[in-house]
Amino acid sequence: MPVWLKAIVQSRAVWPVLALVLILIVAGSVSPNFFEIRIVEGRLFGNLIDILYRAVPTALVALGMAVVIGTRGIDLSVGSIIAIVGAVIVWRIKMGDPHITILFSALAAGILCGMWNGFLVSALRIQPIIATLILMVAGRGIGMLINQLYGGTDPSFESALLQWMSTGSIWLIPTRLILAAGIFLALWLLIRRTALGLFIESVGGNAAASNLAGVKAGLIIFVAYVLSGLLSAWAGVIMTADTHTSDPVSVALYIELDAILAVVIGGGSLAGGRIYLGMTVIGALVIQALTTATLISGLPPEYNLIIKALVVLSVLFLQSANARKAIGSLVSRRAS
Amino acid sequence: MKAKYALAGAALAASALMTTAAWAETIGFSQVGSEGDWRPAFSANMQESAKEYGIDLKFANAQGKQEEQLRAVRAFIAQGVDAIIIAPVVVTGWDQVLREAKDAEIPVFLVDRDVDVEDKSLYVTRISADFNLEGKLAGAWLAAASKGTCKVVELQGTTGSAPAIERKKGFEAVIDQFPAMEIVQTQSGDFTTEGGKKVMEAFIKSTNNLEGICASFAHNDNMQLGAIQAMKEAGLKPGEDVLMVSVDYVPAIKDALAAGEANASVELRSAVGKFIYPVVLDYIKNPTELDKWIVIPSDLHTAN
Repeated sequence: MPVWLKAIVQSRAVWPVLALVLILIVAGSVSPNFFEIRIVEGRLFGNLIDILYRAVPTALVALGMAVVIGTRGIDLSVGSIIAIVGAVIVWRIKMGDPHITILFSALAAGILCGMWNGFLVSALRIQPIIATLILMVAGRGIGMLINQLYGGTDPSFESALLQWMSTGSIWLIPTRLILAAGIFLALWLLIRRTALGLFIESVGGNAAASNLAGVKAGLIIFVAYVLSGLLSAWAGVIMTADTHTSDPVSVALYIELDAILAVVIGGGSLAGGRIYLGMTVIGALVIQALTTATLISGLPPEYNLIIKALVVLSVLFLQSANARKAIGSLVSRRAS
Repeated sequence: MKAKYALAGAALAASALMTTAAWAETIGFSQVGSEGDWRPAFSANMQESAKEYGIDLKFANAQGKQEEQLRAVRAFIAQGVDAIIIAPVVVTGWDQVLREAKDAEIPVFLVDRDVDVEDKSLYVTRISADFNLEGKLAGAWLAAASKGTCKVVELQGTTGSAPAIERKKGFEAVIDQFPAMEIVQTQSGDFTTEGGKKVMEAFIKSTNNLEGICASFAHNDNMQLGAIQAMKEAGLKPGEDVLMVSVDYVPAIKDALAAGEANASVELRSAVGKFIYPVVLDYIKNPTELDKWIVIPSDLHTAN
């Protein structure tokens, strides 16, 4: 096997990207004009744009999840944070706040949720899965209570600013893509161009050892959950403005699972100590490409989840070192 | 003297009150919880219309838990109410408590959802809307509006849920009567605005901007509202280019109907006290065998 081929096969990036390409090829063969991109209503329009566009909330949540998982934690409350953010937005709109203030209130709500999670995990030392489960369970109820503050019978709204951020466009490109790219860059700089990334990975790898080395593990973990809360809040702003309504019971249901999945497809380990931001985005794209492909395939909806499970299983199978070794030895036996 | 008369008057009034209280029927109502928009409106209507019928209603909110509901029903039995109305949280696990009510000779009425019991004589009847009928009504409206020629895209509710299954069946039963009507695309939007929007976006691409599509049938209004947004963002005119029919009649769809972006919505009534209480009161006065399901008629609202 040539060296470059070996390098590609052994790279952790190759399998998720390959899966993404394969899903797109299959979708293209099922639906003839799948790759077509046109300009409609002043923005790019097509299945490929849809995949990028719809992957944004999951990708944002997954980026936060990647940071938290890097500390050997997990954040199950992301969907509930989105529900709370949505309720806060509609409540403040009905109260007549300026919409720029509402945007900051929404992000502040997410940060507050992240601080709560971070406090439980780093100060009280509650296991992350339990600590964030509390807000996961309570959050949607809190959202419903916030909706009660204005009566809650008709939670739909119009907001030029928030809708521009979610469904608007700048020079043909959907605004949410541009904003998400900016957030990704900012996060990447924060994680990779400051010591924070290194600290998070060291805390995730071995909290006790990094504490001895002078890294304040508690503070690092706290910051990770706050980041996750902030990114979830941004996803919440996009999702709420997208549908012009707050629906705390069912908005972003199971998004925590998709986010964890995106991190894992991207090569992250739940054992912590590693953050792969770019690959996490690829993971989110794989999930969304799969969803979009299933929607346009014309298959009955009963198959949606089974198809998803099978594709995820195969990606993870190919990523497993043991499975790859087995395939590798099979191939080399053939060659010799 | 005056004081004496006043006292006597008060005593008389009090005894009159007690008589009416003794005559008023006492009914226990165990509600599922307070989720969504529809159920709180349903609870409020049951409490308000109880007053109109002079019923002493004992209201218990089970907060979505069956054990809470069983406890409430047993409390009603212990209080010796005249009748019990249950909106069941789940369909199973009712045999024992219903038998206890039957032994105490307290009639039980079901509203909203069904229960699964072997002995159907354990409850008097179920009084509720019919999801199947809602689907039929939507189908009938569409058949008339499109004059029997229509390619439909369908936004299904949560896969496997009772309203999704029955609304689909009812709708199909009607459009199957018309050879030129068919469902060309169907997907689940999970009863949410978000889901409806995503699915409609995919439909718009897979059908080349809904070319040849004459209608969108959604199993609830929320999904239809999402579909309306997706169509507007793609430069289409919902309500004009494509007929929009859905179920629930929530406040937001009323606005859409007024704006001409939706065409018809089948109402899932929350003001059902006036359908439920007469049946219960008649039965208390004169217990006769009733049908096991009394259907509350559905209503359909259009733009004009």
